[in-house]
Amino acid sequence: MGVVEVFGMITLSPRSNISFSLTLLTPIIAIFFTLVMALIIFSFLGYDPLKSLYYFFIAPVSRPDQVAALAVKACPLILIASGLVFCYRSNIWNIGAEGQLVFGAIFSGWLALNFLESNSFLLLPCMMLVAILGGMFWALIPAILKIRFNTNEILVSLMLTYVASLFIDFLVRGPWRDPMSFGFPLTPTYSDAALIDRVYIPFVGYIGQLHYGVFVALIVSVILWFVLMKMLPGFKIRVTGESPSAAIFAGFNPSYVTVMVMCISGGTAGLAGMIEVSANIGQLQPNISFGYGFTAIIVAFLARLNPLAAIPAGLIVALAELGGDSVQISMGMPKVVTGVFKGLLLLSLLAGETFNRYHIKFDFKKGNK
Amino acid sequence: MPHTEVLLSGENITKIFGDFKANDNVNFSISKGEIHALLGENGAGKSTFVKIIYGLLKPDSGNVIWKNEIIEINGPKHARELGIGMVFQHFSLFEALTVLENISLALPEKNQSDDLEKRIKEISNEYGLQIDPRSRVFNLSVGEQQRVEIIRCLLQNPELLIMDEPTSVLTPQEISKLFEVLEKLSKSGCSILFITHKLEEVRSLTSRATILRRGKNVSTVETKDHTAKSFSQMMVGHEINTNKYKKNKIENENVLKINNLSRPAQNQFSVELKDINLSVRGGEILGIAGIAGNGQGELMEALTGEYLSNEADKILFNGFDISNFKPNDRRKLGISFIPEERIGHATVSSFNLSENFYLTDYINDNSSNYGIINNSFNYENASNIVNEYDVRVPHNNPLASSLSGGNLQKFIVGREISRKPKLLVASQPTWGVDVGAALEIRSQIIKIAEQGAIVIIISQDLDEIFLLSDLISVIYNGNLSKQFNKEKVNLEKIGLLMGGSS
Amino acid sequence: MLELIIAVILSSIPIMLAATGELVVERSGVLNLGVEGMMLMGAVIASITVITTGSLFLAVIFGALSGLLTSIVFGFFALVLATNQVATGLALTIFGTGLSGLIGAEYVGKAIQRLEALNIPILSNIPYLGPILFSHNILVYFSFIIVFIVGWFLLKTKSGLVLRAVGNNHDSAHALGYSVVFIRFCSVMFGGLMAGLGGAFLPLVLTPHWAEGMTAGKGWIALALVVFASWRPLRIPIGALLFSGITVMQLVGQARGWAMPSQFLSMLPYLATIAVLVIISRNKEFSIINAPASLGKLFIAGK
Repeated sequence: MGVVEVFGMITLSPRSNISFSLTLLTPIIAIFFTLVMALIIFSFLGYDPLKSLYYFFIAPVSRPDQVAALAVKACPLILIASGLVFCYRSNIWNIGAEGQLVFGAIFSGWLALNFLESNSFLLLPCMMLVAILGGMFWALIPAILKIRFNTNEILVSLMLTYVASLFIDFLVRGPWRDPMSFGFPLTPTYSDAALIDRVYIPFVGYIGQLHYGVFVALIVSVILWFVLMKMLPGFKIRVTGESPSAAIFAGFNPSYVTVMVMCISGGTAGLAGMIEVSANIGQLQPNISFGYGFTAIIVAFLARLNPLAAIPAGLIVALAELGGDSVQISMGMPKVVTGVFKGLLLLSLLAGETFNRYHIKFDFKKGNK
Repeated sequence: MPHTEVLLSGENITKIFGDFKANDNVNFSISKGEIHALLGENGAGKSTFVKIIYGLLKPDSGNVIWKNEIIEINGPKHARELGIGMVFQHFSLFEALTVLENISLALPEKNQSDDLEKRIKEISNEYGLQIDPRSRVFNLSVGEQQRVEIIRCLLQNPELLIMDEPTSVLTPQEISKLFEVLEKLSKSGCSILFITHKLEEVRSLTSRATILRRGKNVSTVETKDHTAKSFSQMMVGHEINTNKYKKNKIENENVLKINNLSRPAQNQFSVELKDINLSVRGGEILGIAGIAGNGQGELMEALTGEYLSNEADKILFNGFDISNFKPNDRRKLGISFIPEERIGHATVSSFNLSENFYLTDYINDNSSNYGIINNSFNYENASNIVNEYDVRVPHNNPLASSLSGGNLQKFIVGREISRKPKLLVASQPTWGVDVGAALEIRSQIIKIAEQGAIVIIISQDLDEIFLLSDLISVIYNGNLSKQFNKEKVNLEKIGLLMGGSS
Repeated sequence: MLELIIAVILSSIPIMLAATGELVVERSGVLNLGVEGMMLMGAVIASITVITTGSLFLAVIFGALSGLLTSIVFGFFALVLATNQVATGLALTIFGTGLSGLIGAEYVGKAIQRLEALNIPILSNIPYLGPILFSHNILVYFSFIIVFIVGWFLLKTKSGLVLRAVGNNHDSAHALGYSVVFIRFCSVMFGGLMAGLGGAFLPLVLTPHWAEGMTAGKGWIALALVVFASWRPLRIPIGALLFSGITVMQLVGQARGWAMPSQFLSMLPYLATIAVLVIISRNKEFSIINAPASLGKLFIAGK
């Protein structure tokens, strides 16, 4: 029975059975803890704590069309996180989703920019396919290096993120720049066939910025959950993550699993990139992502590495993102304040994971080891 | 050896982990210069008790009395200061560092390295524990690594030396050498606490023995008053049938042939397999004996398909060349495997039994439809195994991690045998398993051999090899000896082969 | 040309400091991805300190200390609570980036006095060599000296041996009675101190004001540098100068209008790091001997 003894005072001993209710409670406690800590930090820095919380969490969703903004913001997070779950479950630490997202946008952008006059209803599905391929391509680089040379995928995928954003910067300012954009770094705008429409409900109209891409994210999340938990490929991935030797014993090929999970997460990230551009921007610019690839990592953890839970988790983190915009406008806080929330949230989730897995005993008996 | 002064005793030692009472009011004592055996099945509490003495764990209640004083041992460093040394079953060495550095790390602060090197050489000469202080540990053999561990202890002039299953990695010749060392030590006044499950060793080396069962001290006895049979009775609590297993000999058309299989060493720790040849028919049990670290693991991996050599015609089974078949492809032909490691290899500890059943059954068309896992099928099968193979479970479909070693092994054996394999390959099938479960597992193995399957057992337990096998061969340094008919060979011959001579 | 060499030396210091600290951390078996966040905390606190107190000395101290404090948070989670090290480090980088931006909001762009270069009599006046070697500020000399001290510590002292042992096999170290958590915590704190110091160097020497996210990925480059140096201290300065050289070359190329688009030049350090990672990873025996075998692995004592 493994035991962690720390300074002789704190002892962690593994629980033999992880209760479901505890599993559910952990994210809730984590969120609560994050809020409390944030309150403390805000007051310390001289901002009115309650007002900050209001503008951060409540104001952004106080109108229906703003709820739509929440879904729109959550869309890429849900999509990318569902894919990242596959990587993390098999102990492949892909932190380059940001770069894979960019490449999805680049590949689909190439298609869109070559068919600027097109009306075809096939353009959009083709763009989606190509975006998935683009993300997969960028994710395969760390995957293959890992398989062939055992290079650490953390550093490789991270370095490639910077390479990707530099590359799209080059494309947008260089060969793909719209000659009529008056020097701004922008590509020509996509044709309507390459855009994702907002959702239109008869007798109701549009709901804020809600677009069909959101449904794509939801569907993908459900499908990926099913693959992970109910199908053989997902089983292979889970076994590989928990016990690599058991996976080999069963006859699963670890290289195959590595490639599979990187393709899945690269593909979802690429798709997210394409959706972001086609739904919200309509053309390529140097910055198409605002750290979604990294934020999605937090969503994946908040979702306890379950693709289905990525939906509520994505919404919650999206709320924090919207909150950052909101407090910037209403209270003059810098937008990076969301980093404080996201970081605290991840830390408390990780601590919660520990409480879940281990009994913690405090033992302050005098003079003992 | 006069049992005069009591050196160490434990009074009502109790240690609880969660819901599990590892030690339950254990009373124990050992005198100066005494060699004392600590006997018990796995899970009986031997390791826990010994960790308490060595300061790695604190008892929840009870006292440790050292030289007539009640003390609390605050950690291994404190234990060593008191004069208690321990050689673990799993070595605590640092592969990337030298022998000298390894030993220096085990000693308290003030130790100059010149002096240390000299002292190491002195001790190694005095007791015959040859070692080069400048070599890096990853280059040493297992036997040599054990020497490093022993020298580490001896340098601190222990009054009590605890050894945890030290002989499981040694040849019979090395074992008798070790016993000489230990007897020399005990004559010089050092007490030795010797954990073992090998009943013959208890009788040949020790003067007294304490038997633990389910965390309790069942009895402490004078060794000379008991036989192996009475010891095992005390350990298990009921009569054991030590008669040899009766097996109906049948012949069957199943046949496995391995031709000149070689496998280069993958890293410093692994053993190169050289020209392995074997041939077994259905109904026969081949026992492969050998000391740990002579290539058993590598051979097992070659048999399961976890290692593939990319050569043809090396492994032929029932007319198929399976040399390059992966494990699941071999399973499809009716081959089942029981690897040495239960947790993390044969099973995934955080998965429940039905998923662990699926782990080796997914090749079966019934366990998944179009890639979708058939949960009820797996659940049902796992339950059947639990019932048929007497697996004790805390509740329905538990996680593998909540089963004890013996019960998990029974589940694994059941999982593999219930597929009615034509060939079963088992490595250490009853290692770390209590006597009762071992009995059941062995009788299951006999049963499938009687049904016409080929069985290959790789085991470090010679008694087991002789109990079960029709044919015996020995693996030494990656070489497999020829196959002997069990009736025509004796223990000494096998022991010599295990040690490398013939 | 002279200015270029000096620029290369100066811009190598932040990553040199952070990498030296991280090397010690990783040698003890811990992977700290929070270096970027710790550097930013160092940078912001150093800036605020010098603006509010006018004391460069205090700014350096507090900058280093803020890195230390952040690393204590990391150590508490990753070592005491045994959380996933990769995720914990990332969380701290995200948190540190956000918090530093929040704290430094009012101070963005405010000018800061620079750390002065030392003027060593005679030596500083040697033509050519003088400015390159002998006219730097004290932190520059400190960062080279600390590399040697760390090297000596790891290879020649008993404590360094213990630290390496923990990094090689934490189970064995625990079995021998060493407190793995304590030793790792100490190394993590040293790493945080150095990261904070490296971060403080940025506003105090290179760009004399605070700006949000001013490390711009230097923390990640420092992490790559540790691997690039194969966890051997003496290789750190070489790698740091190399990386910083590439960056300077890119800026020069941009200014002089070289044909290659500047983005590709900017990519070079990242691509070079990947190339080096591949080269090192290919040599298995080399990695076994030098790479801390327990790096990043969760430490659970007992059987």
